[in-house]
Amino acid sequence: MIDGFGNLTELYNEVILDHAGSPRNFRENLEAGRKAEGYNPLCGDQITVYCLLEGEKLVDLSFTGKGCAICTASASIMTQTLKSKQIAKAQNMFERFHKMLLGEGGEDELGKLSVFAGVHKYPARVKCATLPWHTLQSSLKEGDRVSTE
Amino acid sequence: MSNISLNSALLDIGKIRADFPILQRQVNGKPLVYLDSAATTQKPNQVIDAISHYYRHYNSNIHRGVHQLSQEATTAFEGVREQVRRFIGAASSKEIIFTSGTTESNNLITMCYARSVLKAGDEVLISHMEHHSNIVPWQLICEATGAKLKVTPINDEGELDMLAYHELLSERTAIVAMTYVSNALGTLNPVGEIVAAAHEKGAVVLLDGAQAVPHLKVDMQDLGVDFFTFSAHKMYGPTGVGVLYGRQALLEKMPPFKGGGDMIRMVSFEKTLYNELPYKFEAGTPNIAGVIGMGAAIDYLEGLGLEAVAAHEHALLEYGNQLLTKMPGLRMIGTAAERAAVLNFVLEYAHPHDIGTFLDHAGIAVRTGHHCAQPVMDRYQVPATVRASLGVYNTKADLDALVRGIEKVYEVFGQ
Repeated sequence: MIDGFGNLTELYNEVILDHAGSPRNFRENLEAGRKAEGYNPLCGDQITVYCLLEGEKLVDLSFTGKGCAICTASASIMTQTLKSKQIAKAQNMFERFHKMLLGEGGEDELGKLSVFAGVHKYPARVKCATLPWHTLQSSLKEGDRVSTE
Repeated sequence: MSNISLNSALLDIGKIRADFPILQRQVNGKPLVYLDSAATTQKPNQVIDAISHYYRHYNSNIHRGVHQLSQEATTAFEGVREQVRRFIGAASSKEIIFTSGTTESNNLITMCYARSVLKAGDEVLISHMEHHSNIVPWQLICEATGAKLKVTPINDEGELDMLAYHELLSERTAIVAMTYVSNALGTLNPVGEIVAAAHEKGAVVLLDGAQAVPHLKVDMQDLGVDFFTFSAHKMYGPTGVGVLYGRQALLEKMPPFKGGGDMIRMVSFEKTLYNELPYKFEAGTPNIAGVIGMGAAIDYLEGLGLEAVAAHEHALLEYGNQLLTKMPGLRMIGTAAERAAVLNFVLEYAHPHDIGTFLDHAGIAVRTGHHCAQPVMDRYQVPATVRASLGVYNTKADLDALVRGIEKVYEVFGQ
């Protein structure tokens, strides 16, 4: 599909491009109990994550913001994957997601998140993929603004 | 304008490119297309060799030694000072201070000149297109002294709103600090008008020349500015060295910047006497190799001729501009009538970070982000842009490659 751009498709694969172009759960949630903003000033990724909790369960998860394809797709798939999960499970997924982004493998157990496995070859883009997750974490800790700079 | 095209033909670009060894390398299996000279320029062999020659043959600390090596190093070092004086048309070499670069030079002015003259209620006037290094030091010093920071707005083309400039200037304006050429927009500012109006109100003018010096001839007497700052690494010289030019009368009155060796005449615990200009502002062992490299860079530029360099880059800028403005979904950021060496743009269908990664994959180096000019980004309501910037070694083929790269981005993101 990307002729002459060989292994860029590992990074910009169909799933990522789809989620970047049509992000899921891309909406404000004014009833969300938790909300946090994430911002990478160096590249211009900006994201707000909204989180509705019932006890330890992430009942609803959505986001708004302007960011690169990697950041947007990561946020979209994150909200899809973590909706209805327990906070502890979300934490665990983040840790494993982060490991995969750093090239430490584990994509087989990460389901749809495995589409980001190629990011480890582009270290400058790891921060793009993790920004939504750090922002979610921050919202759970009742944090303020977060950055992965 | 036939003069300009004739001058441009005087540059042998093939020969120039051969002077820059790094242009031979490959990136991601493709030949390097370097379009990031505004971030830093590549260095010709002449500069690299001058620095290694210094380290191989006459490296020594300067000014205080009586041995042969020290004298050779001192002569070479002070020789560059005089070279810089001639290069920028300063009246005296006492007005040439070596620093670590434009940022340090700007900070030297705020901490030594501004701090000693600004009173509460005074005003400092900058512009909306400044690089952070010509914004933050002023914010710091205004906070410390109670002076007010005012900002000249820019129009949609990225030009200074000169009507607003004249309105913002007042008897309370103590200092005007502006860039000559904008690193983010490429805009060339009307320095003559800026200086005349500022002096009429009794304000002094600092001109940030970092992006000007590699692209056009500068002359301190013509420009009439009070302070002028620039960096070697933006003009084919090494990193870690730059210049502050200041009118002698102003520099004489300023307290020193850093304290230490060389900036003193005599030290005791009862009293310390400062050294004369320019040494008063050069504490510690300087970046001797860097200064020597800067001298070689000036030699290189003067060998090419600044007029020929300007003509070549101007032709490239026009060519690039024509190509880019025809592309669907591309919006140029910074379209001033007078512009130098910068092609800044956004694509409505892709984020700069993604564009940069695609271009990098094709061996093309551009800069994506805020370019240390966040107020400019805010003005255009974009989080980041893509900046392709020109140096003397660039060619039309480089710009053709850029266009092909953008076309690939369109293929993936644009449909």
